[in-house]
Amino acid sequence: MIQQYQDNLQFDTDKPILEMRDLCKSYFIGDGELKVLKNINISITPGEYVAIMGPSGSGKSTLLNMIGCLDRPTSGEYFLGGAGVSTLDDDDLSSIRGARIGFIFQSFNLISQLNIIENIQVPMFYQGLTEHESAERAIELAKMVGLGHRLKHRPTELSGGQQQRVAIARALSNDPLIILADEPTGNLDSSSGSEILDILHGLHEQGKTLIAVTHDEGIARESERVVRLFDGAIDKEEHNKKRNQR
Amino acid sequence: MFLYRLKRTVKLGIKSLWMHRLRSTLTALGIIFGVSSVIAMLAIGEGASEDAQKKIAQLGSHNIIVKTQDPPEEKSATGQQQTLKEYGLTYSDAERFRSAIPNVQVIVPNRRIAQEAQYRTHRASIEVVGTVPWYPQISTLKVQYGRYISDTDLRYKKGVCVIDEKIVKALFAFDYPIGEDIKLGTDYYRVVGVAREKDDTPESSETSSSGASSQAGANVGTIYIPLTTAKDRFGETSVQMNSTSGMIMEKVELQEIIIKVNDLSQIIPTKQSVETLLKAFHKKNDYNITVPLELMKKQQDIQRIFTIVLGSIAAISLIVGGIGIMNIMLATVSERTREIGIRRALGAKKRDIIFQFLSETFILTAAGGILGIILGLGIPYLVQYYGNMPTVVKGSSLILAFGISSAVGIIFGLYPAYRAANMDPIESLRHE
Repeated sequence: MIQQYQDNLQFDTDKPILEMRDLCKSYFIGDGELKVLKNINISITPGEYVAIMGPSGSGKSTLLNMIGCLDRPTSGEYFLGGAGVSTLDDDDLSSIRGARIGFIFQSFNLISQLNIIENIQVPMFYQGLTEHESAERAIELAKMVGLGHRLKHRPTELSGGQQQRVAIARALSNDPLIILADEPTGNLDSSSGSEILDILHGLHEQGKTLIAVTHDEGIARESERVVRLFDGAIDKEEHNKKRNQR
Repeated sequence: MFLYRLKRTVKLGIKSLWMHRLRSTLTALGIIFGVSSVIAMLAIGEGASEDAQKKIAQLGSHNIIVKTQDPPEEKSATGQQQTLKEYGLTYSDAERFRSAIPNVQVIVPNRRIAQEAQYRTHRASIEVVGTVPWYPQISTLKVQYGRYISDTDLRYKKGVCVIDEKIVKALFAFDYPIGEDIKLGTDYYRVVGVAREKDDTPESSETSSSGASSQAGANVGTIYIPLTTAKDRFGETSVQMNSTSGMIMEKVELQEIIIKVNDLSQIIPTKQSVETLLKAFHKKNDYNITVPLELMKKQQDIQRIFTIVLGSIAAISLIVGGIGIMNIMLATVSERTREIGIRRALGAKKRDIIFQFLSETFILTAAGGILGIILGLGIPYLVQYYGNMPTVVKGSSLILAFGISSAVGIIFGLYPAYRAANMDPIESLRHE
């Protein structure tokens, strides 16, 4: 199973892994139409580290939901891994979320009744991996994020930074095309936050494609490209030619 | 693959139910009581029905029983009671039935007399039945050992008797009864056989409700003698002491006539002919016709109503249990909105969520169903033990109750599961 998704990663680096063309999203409230995203054109190549920034109400969250296949655009096209996903039905979107996107949330979103291994196993479970395969991989990932000694702990027994590390391990479990982080440091103190930034940086070094929606200028500095949203449209894109060496 | 998913989902379901033990137990209680009440009520109903059917079957489904009954009191012109009452079935009635009614297989005229029996120093109140050799054909009476009354006994008015097992116990204790002599009234009778009524229930007082038995008190058992002998030696009159008017003489020829019809469909027409014949020859209403088949039918009707009533009560309790489950599951779903959102974001399809919540409901109701069956088996046992009421637990009722509870679980679990699956993942992820 995992092999299959790794095959999907064999893209030419210049071909976009994610592409949006004239993507619009409107909400219809009563008779009025509220345009939240206006003609978004964005293209991300494999291995890129992109930060999406913008003030509240600029449409960041909506764009994140679009990228994460949690919502469908009103118009425009969205290609993920070369395949159009804007017209897929709910079941197919679920499959894509499970197989191709690794979510990291601001509030960690671990399932409190499951222990760490079981939490990391959840996406693999929906991809149909066996208990044995998924447990093995979950342990491996937990060790990778430095939680090998707390495998049987519940999320509530961990600090915020540790919980976010579990969430990162979970996001990596199905070897997704893109890792989508929503304010990954928003609920953390500065030292835990920088730990998380280090891990994300490491993932980038390994060649993973990262997209982070954030207010955190630290992430913006880490990233290769910053996309600034304003009032539902892309205001400007900045390329950090030289990444900060840490 | 599917089995693996099932295993995972069931494990997860048990885990989250276990996290809310008290809530799960209280919810399951509704199903437990529902299932156990279905089983217990069906068992009690079935037991009562089987008991009644057995009693009726003992009278014989092909039989028509005509009994003598004391006619309503007739005051003479002077206001005094008659001192000699002559009523009841006669030998000519029996003869008329035989000659005038078709389809009759056997006619048994019986004479019943309350008497005291004595063997050496043992005494017992018994009922003497003057009968014919073919009596066993229409009853459940079976000769255990020895023989029954024979044609010769009847023709020559022999002083022989067949006793039932209770009398063996009461009079003989350790002696072998056959060949011994019992004193009935003023005469001695030789015991030629011991017989037993199948499934003897203490209802001999009911079958011997003829006028003669009222003075006898509690009977120990029954002694069968040839009808001719009875007529000869006991006569047809009996004397009754009455507190208001002193002595009353009664003259009754036969206490009962049992008619066996060869075909079930002929029972009702035959009963009508019997009624017509009796009406024509009896001035007083001194007879009573019982048709066990009719009783059985009536009993079945009552049983059907009984079952419907009990069934609906049990079904209502199961529905109430189901509503309880639905209520709790809806609460669980809204409590776990965020978990649903997380699972949806991590790749769960709608049907995965439905499956997860439905299996949780199913586990709850199945566990409730099993505990309910255990409780439901216990209740009839206690009723039988302490309430002295027969109960019959049928395997089909267990399957029925378990099936219903599982169905209730699925039906009432569907809506909450559907609601969980159709929540917007974005909204649910934001849910606190």
